[in-house]
Amino acid sequence: MKNYMFDVAIIGAGVSGCAVARELSKYKLNIAVLEKNEDVCTGTSKANSGIVHAGFDAEPDSLMAKLNVKGNEMMDKFSKDLDFDFQRIGSLVVCNSQDNTEILYQLKEQGEKNGVKGLRILNREELFSLEPNLADDSHLALFAPSGGIVCPFSFNIALAENAFENGVQFFFDSPVDAVSKDENGYVIKSKDKIFSAKCVVNAAGVYADVIHNMVSDEKIEIIPRKGEYMLLDKSENGYVNHTVFTLPNNFGKGVLVSPTAHGNILVGPTANDIDDKEYTDTTSDGLQEVREKANAMMKNLPLNKVITSFAGLRAHEKRHDFRIEEVKDAPFFFDCAAIESPGLSSALAIGEYLCNMICEKLNPEKKDNFISKRKGILNPFTLSKEEFSALVKEKPEYGKVVCRCESITEGQIIDAIKRPLGARTIDGIKRRTRAGMGRCQSGFCLPRTLEILAQETGMDITEITKCGENSEFLQE
Amino acid sequence: METHKFICIGCPMGCDLTVTVDGDNISVTGNTCKRGEDYAKKEVTRPMRVLTSSVKVDGGEYPVVSVRTNCDIDKDKLFECMKVIKDTTVKAPIKIGDVLIKNILNTSADIIATKDVDKA
Amino acid sequence: MDKEFDIVIIGGGPAGLAAAVSAYDEGEKNIVIIERSEQLGGILNQCIHNGFGLHTFKEELTGPEYAARFEDEVKKRNIECLLNTMVLDISSDKIVTAINKDDGMFSIKAKTVVLCMGCRERPRGALNIPGARPAGVYSAGTAQKLINISGMKIGKEIVILGSGDIGLIMARRLTLEGAKVKAVVELMPYSGGLKRNIVQCLDDYSIPLLLSHTITKINGKHRIKSVIVSEVDENRRPIKGTETEYKCDTLLLSVGLLPENELSKKAGVNINNVTGGPVVTQDFETNIEGVFACGNVLHVHDLVDFVSEEASDAGKNAALYVKNSDKKKGKTVIVKAENGVRYVVPNTIDTNFEEDIKLRFRVDNIYKNVYIKVTMGDKELIKRKKMIVAPGEMETLVLKKEMLSDSDNIDNIIVSLER
Repeated sequence: MKNYMFDVAIIGAGVSGCAVARELSKYKLNIAVLEKNEDVCTGTSKANSGIVHAGFDAEPDSLMAKLNVKGNEMMDKFSKDLDFDFQRIGSLVVCNSQDNTEILYQLKEQGEKNGVKGLRILNREELFSLEPNLADDSHLALFAPSGGIVCPFSFNIALAENAFENGVQFFFDSPVDAVSKDENGYVIKSKDKIFSAKCVVNAAGVYADVIHNMVSDEKIEIIPRKGEYMLLDKSENGYVNHTVFTLPNNFGKGVLVSPTAHGNILVGPTANDIDDKEYTDTTSDGLQEVREKANAMMKNLPLNKVITSFAGLRAHEKRHDFRIEEVKDAPFFFDCAAIESPGLSSALAIGEYLCNMICEKLNPEKKDNFISKRKGILNPFTLSKEEFSALVKEKPEYGKVVCRCESITEGQIIDAIKRPLGARTIDGIKRRTRAGMGRCQSGFCLPRTLEILAQETGMDITEITKCGENSEFLQE
Repeated sequence: METHKFICIGCPMGCDLTVTVDGDNISVTGNTCKRGEDYAKKEVTRPMRVLTSSVKVDGGEYPVVSVRTNCDIDKDKLFECMKVIKDTTVKAPIKIGDVLIKNILNTSADIIATKDVDKA
Repeated sequence: MDKEFDIVIIGGGPAGLAAAVSAYDEGEKNIVIIERSEQLGGILNQCIHNGFGLHTFKEELTGPEYAARFEDEVKKRNIECLLNTMVLDISSDKIVTAINKDDGMFSIKAKTVVLCMGCRERPRGALNIPGARPAGVYSAGTAQKLINISGMKIGKEIVILGSGDIGLIMARRLTLEGAKVKAVVELMPYSGGLKRNIVQCLDDYSIPLLLSHTITKINGKHRIKSVIVSEVDENRRPIKGTETEYKCDTLLLSVGLLPENELSKKAGVNINNVTGGPVVTQDFETNIEGVFACGNVLHVHDLVDFVSEEASDAGKNAALYVKNSDKKKGKTVIVKAENGVRYVVPNTIDTNFEEDIKLRFRVDNIYKNVYIKVTMGDKELIKRKKMIVAPGEMETLVLKKEMLSDSDNIDNIIVSLER
């Protein structure tokens, strides 16, 4: 058994956990992030819409409303400081002939109460000038100019890398087996490791109930709410220019059609409550539902250009609001639970909000050497021809394309492996560089990526996995 | 008297061939051309195949070199030959056409390289 | 480092090699082949099985041997080859931008460009098979590369979806390597692969071919554990209640090939929706003057021998273009595919031609005892009886100059089937 002592232990390296870690890393605190999987961004944070919602959906005065609007506002500065992909493209909630337009006006009013700026109702003509591919019976829409899109991977990874650079320690493959109170705070058991921490943050996503219930008598239940998606080829870039929603219903925001931060088109999600916290399979019914709903919203939706489909689990709680608070019967234990949509949009605000709560309890000193900026992986194709050639002269690995669909060079893949908190798996490389995310879905680049990962890490190629233990590609 | 059934590989027709063997007397039905008859007779008397595979290379630019038998071998020898091929390692450089295994399992076929592999 | 070449060939696979050799032999020697990988020969390098070259060399070769024959011809002629070089862009005025480790990013000004980028496999995503996304799901070509080039082992219990030739070849290869291929699952009621491959790759090893079946689910969170195979109805929809689970640690997908025309599209080349390749004239010229296309980037071929033949024609025409010695400029007629014929290459014909024109086409289903015919207005130019035609096999017909002698009032030539 190995023993570790920390001031703060954060359970979960998803976007919420990493946002909290990054905020807390401004202070003189020993911080650990415990992640049950092999990398950051492997649960809910990796499989979602990648939408930064404007903030008109949530009930006024809810934590969701407050943190969504705040988190949205914070994205511009953070995306620059931490170098991740974010674009404020604006969103539309569109009414078709069947819809009750009253709801649209209510939504606008609610958004304004929440502090969303710039909301406007668009008539049919205005609407079609923005989105000519909407279904013909679309006739009225709520336009939110502050809506945006973010690359959920690079967002999460940027926060984690910056936290790491500021001294936060990450423990992967470290599922939490037990949490108990002792005189100094909490003791967390994870496989062969024991972590003692004054303060614990429960950012365990769909498992947040399991962790919470280890320390509290007031039990909570997190219901995995599955969302299935289809992703279309970049060749369809321009088919929609904004995030297009249908009118919201009881199960959330309905199906959306949106550009992604990298120029694909995303269609989905469904919303089905399930029991299994690991069941991220897509289903034929789910995909069919996505097809039907999206086809009702749009015309000539190029569903023959699907390059992949996937499913993610939202961490839903019945009361439907974020549960971000110190647990009543467990002092110094903070829930960061029920972070379902708009969790990604709220992540930065969640980090700040939780950090403030923790600082009130621990009164830590600010660091004077906090590194506030982080540089992402260089995309050499953003350079001029001369700059590119100069780079290749110095680092020839940027002169060889490995993933041809996304134009990713050896240089980027090596950077992804070598950088702080670098990739150790093929999915890790994929999320950091986009190698293998294109239309051929890694058919072409996988053999070479395996070789590079083996070479750079010293692992045997047969040990290389897709996503951690038991997902090896090759056999001896 | 015994009968065998084959699908002809001569063309996309893929005729269902029935071969009747009665001592030395072999008759083919179901074929639509002479090629079908010839194919069926060969398949029933002595089916032969070219075997292609790869052999491990020591010190080469690639870890394996592609190989083939330089002539047909008996179909029922394929797996035995594979064992020999799998147990063989050759040293780079290798030239296309090099004999890597001579007279494999006394079939009188050689395993030859089908590609150049230079030293690493 | 910027350069100029008369003929820039994009891709050093079978099409690029044949195009380069014939362009050179036509007298245009200022040629460069740009190849993204570290060796010439393209996909042939991983096709280590035999069956290549019967038409071209009258003997049966393996893929690497076939490639080597053409590489030798290229080397003999000292044709320049840029290996490990990736073309990023072709502009409509034929400036080719590329990168490699030696020169960084550079441009080549070309008088003519020959597109020879080949094709790629349809990925799983395009099929939208529900289920998990574990390791162990490969396209057949990726598996082929890992096994035949990298010398790796990919799995022990295999299911293959799609009975295209690569899938069939891999079924045999994996079986010989000691793996158990449990089934080859084919959505259609017939296989898209060659008969010879069905017999010699599946029947020889008693591997079941499940026609009119598909995979309806992939199981396994980390590494694939099993697939669910279902029978499909005549509309290719899975039939409920026919689900069977096949345990496996590897799933190969061999579900078709797509011409790789991302660069062509960027250059402004018009693409034919059926083939996925450029729209071309009988000279293999695209809508952009001086930009030619041939091989699998134009339309997916069944045999590499036919790729070489086509590319040879295209290379020659590229050379003629550079020499500006092409005297055609007669009337343009459109070649159409109808009634059982899926597509025809070329898409247009200039009627003022000298040499015979080969029409290459594919049918949309298996037909027995049909006539393939070429008509122009009321006139039947060619009518030929076929015992069988199948989508997996490319068909050809030859148009002769005299056939089009009275084409003055005609706009279309139609290739069709007659039952």
